[in-house]
Amino acid sequence: MTMSEGDLAVAQIKFVRQTTLEQQPPPMSMHGPIGWLRANLLSSPFNIALTILIALFLAWIIPGLLNFLLIDAVWTGADRDACREVVQQRTIGACWPFAWERLAYFTYGSYPIEERWRVDVFFAMLAIGVFWILWLQAPRRDLATYYCFIVLPVCSYFLLHGLPLVGLPVVDTVLWGGVLVTIVVSAVGIVVSLPIGILLALGRRSDMPTVKLFSVLFIEFVRGVPLVTVLFMASVMLPLFVPEQYSPDKLLRALIGIAMFASAYMAEVVRAGLQAIPKGQFEGAMAVGLGYWQMMRLIVLPQALKITIPNIVNTYIGLFKDTTLVFIVGIFDLLHTIEVSRIDPKWATPVTSTTGYAVAGIFYLVFCYAMSRYARATEARLAKSERR
Amino acid sequence: MKRIVSVIALAVIFGATSASAQTLKTVKDRGILNCGSNGSLAGFGLPDAQGKWAGLDVDLCRAVAAAVFGDDKKVKFVPLSAKDRFTALQSGEVDVLARNTTWTSSRDTQLGLNFIGVNYYDGQGFMVRKALKVNSALELGEASVCVQQGTTTELNLADYFRANKMKLKTVTFATANEAVKAYDSGRCDAYTTDASGLYAERLRLANAADHIVLPEIISKEPLGPAVRHGDDQWFDVVKWSLYAMLNAEELGITSANVAEMAKSDNPDVKRLLGSEGNYGEQLGLAKDWAVNIIKLVGNYGESFDRNVGSGSALKIDRGLNKLWSKGGLQYAPPVR
Repeated sequence: MTMSEGDLAVAQIKFVRQTTLEQQPPPMSMHGPIGWLRANLLSSPFNIALTILIALFLAWIIPGLLNFLLIDAVWTGADRDACREVVQQRTIGACWPFAWERLAYFTYGSYPIEERWRVDVFFAMLAIGVFWILWLQAPRRDLATYYCFIVLPVCSYFLLHGLPLVGLPVVDTVLWGGVLVTIVVSAVGIVVSLPIGILLALGRRSDMPTVKLFSVLFIEFVRGVPLVTVLFMASVMLPLFVPEQYSPDKLLRALIGIAMFASAYMAEVVRAGLQAIPKGQFEGAMAVGLGYWQMMRLIVLPQALKITIPNIVNTYIGLFKDTTLVFIVGIFDLLHTIEVSRIDPKWATPVTSTTGYAVAGIFYLVFCYAMSRYARATEARLAKSERR
Repeated sequence: MKRIVSVIALAVIFGATSASAQTLKTVKDRGILNCGSNGSLAGFGLPDAQGKWAGLDVDLCRAVAAAVFGDDKKVKFVPLSAKDRFTALQSGEVDVLARNTTWTSSRDTQLGLNFIGVNYYDGQGFMVRKALKVNSALELGEASVCVQQGTTTELNLADYFRANKMKLKTVTFATANEAVKAYDSGRCDAYTTDASGLYAERLRLANAADHIVLPEIISKEPLGPAVRHGDDQWFDVVKWSLYAMLNAEELGITSANVAEMAKSDNPDVKRLLGSEGNYGEQLGLAKDWAVNIIKLVGNYGESFDRNVGSGSALKIDRGLNKLWSKGGLQYAPPVR
């Protein structure tokens, strides 16, 4: 290329670049797997130490877990001999045929076999309800609320307990068990605790002395007594005071106890949310002429509940696992059916108990993790307004 | 408030009266027998894979239902823990308590129970490794023994060692499960609990064949079903349901041959099966009460074999629970 003198002089004075430089990928140390490792796992000496510690921990626990649950596990068999090291001449992990044979018992407990379809229908109805109300794109979500809070409880009661008028024989709650009881107890606790908890929280912040006193007494009393004590009182003391034919059903007693408990805890969670709402919101609501309930329903509670979602879900997850406590009053929830099954001499082996507990662990993990994921998604959705 | 108090007061009064008398009538009116049982003890009361309860104690309740209703399925089993079992019986929540309960004087008197008899003679025993080459509990001096803490088992153990001037080394655990695990892993030379439990726990060891149960029984644990004080008719019904099973075994009547045996000429058989006399009516039951028990539940020997004996996984020796005529302790008064 030839250039005149003048051109050169201009070029020497100012250089204007005509094209942008081709983009270079960031250095290998900043992106890709190595970059990710650097940024997330090895960013500081403290992080490096933590990473090594956690890696060691995983290396210690994962092979054992995999070996027990999958590699050494027994998958088929008819009785305990299939899961005994002496008979099989190899290391034995989980004894899955035991869990498989007992699966129906883990699900329904002693619910009569010919009536178990009713439990299946209940599970299906519950699943529909949960999806309908939680899945935001579902059609006719306005009906879902009625379905979940009116149709479902009434239908479930008659379905599970029985309605001789239409040919559904009564199934005593003593026969209920397994996942059925766990789901019923936690569903009642979860559904009842939020509305009552909100009312108690509002009551505790109320200016009306009786309402306030009642709320405070209820919350403090129920929170101050261990759940186990309430359950024991209900199952051991109550029958002494009330004649047998009038004493409420054992499962009902436990349900009421758990619902009261969950409500008291929920009240405090909701109160924390109410406390966090700036006074301006209340004043603003009043200034535009809203009454107390309108103010709460339209302005305060939507904000308060939004910020308490992590705590509400925390309480729910706690409640879901606390339902196992009903086993001490002789109600066969999932954990109790597993406890009972592991005693069965037909499957008595050194690994039977561990296998049973693994089943319980997996069940609770799946459910609690699902709850926590949904809550995270909801939080993210509701937090959109705060993003710029 | 006044009304609530009076309702509660009434309830207490009625509760007290309804709990004491007329249990047979109450049960018949209700149409179902409420039976308090263990629910988590292999061989005595445990739901199977179908959720149906099975066990020696469970069979006793089924027998009572068969005697009262002619249908062994009309029983509601209420699972009771060791703590709430007596309250449940006293309050009328259950009609019969068949929950591997040891018959002791204080329970018989202070707790207001009437034990109807003994459906299983149990006692505390020891399990050791065969490799230890011990043939008697008296050779266990200097041995370490795994035991569940806070139980009468632990106290019996100490008494036995002291009485025989042996040095005791106990290793205690909060639960039976942990104690067995520890024994299996070699932390102790011996494991002790009630003999029926020893057989059940032995199955859970890595190699059951390496362990033996020693012959010594160091305590008396007569396990019996119980009813409330103050209702003699009901006491008789439950008592004779057990006796019917024992008598049936003694007379060779089984669930399989009960129909044939009804034609027998043996007067004992005829009286038991109701083809002679009115012994069922005397109890307030139907004529064929014992036939129903034997047909639906079986005699004592059948029940024993099926639940804890040779026909079960536990394979417990009949031992003291043999009939008196075979060298055991099980003895029933005659029907006449």
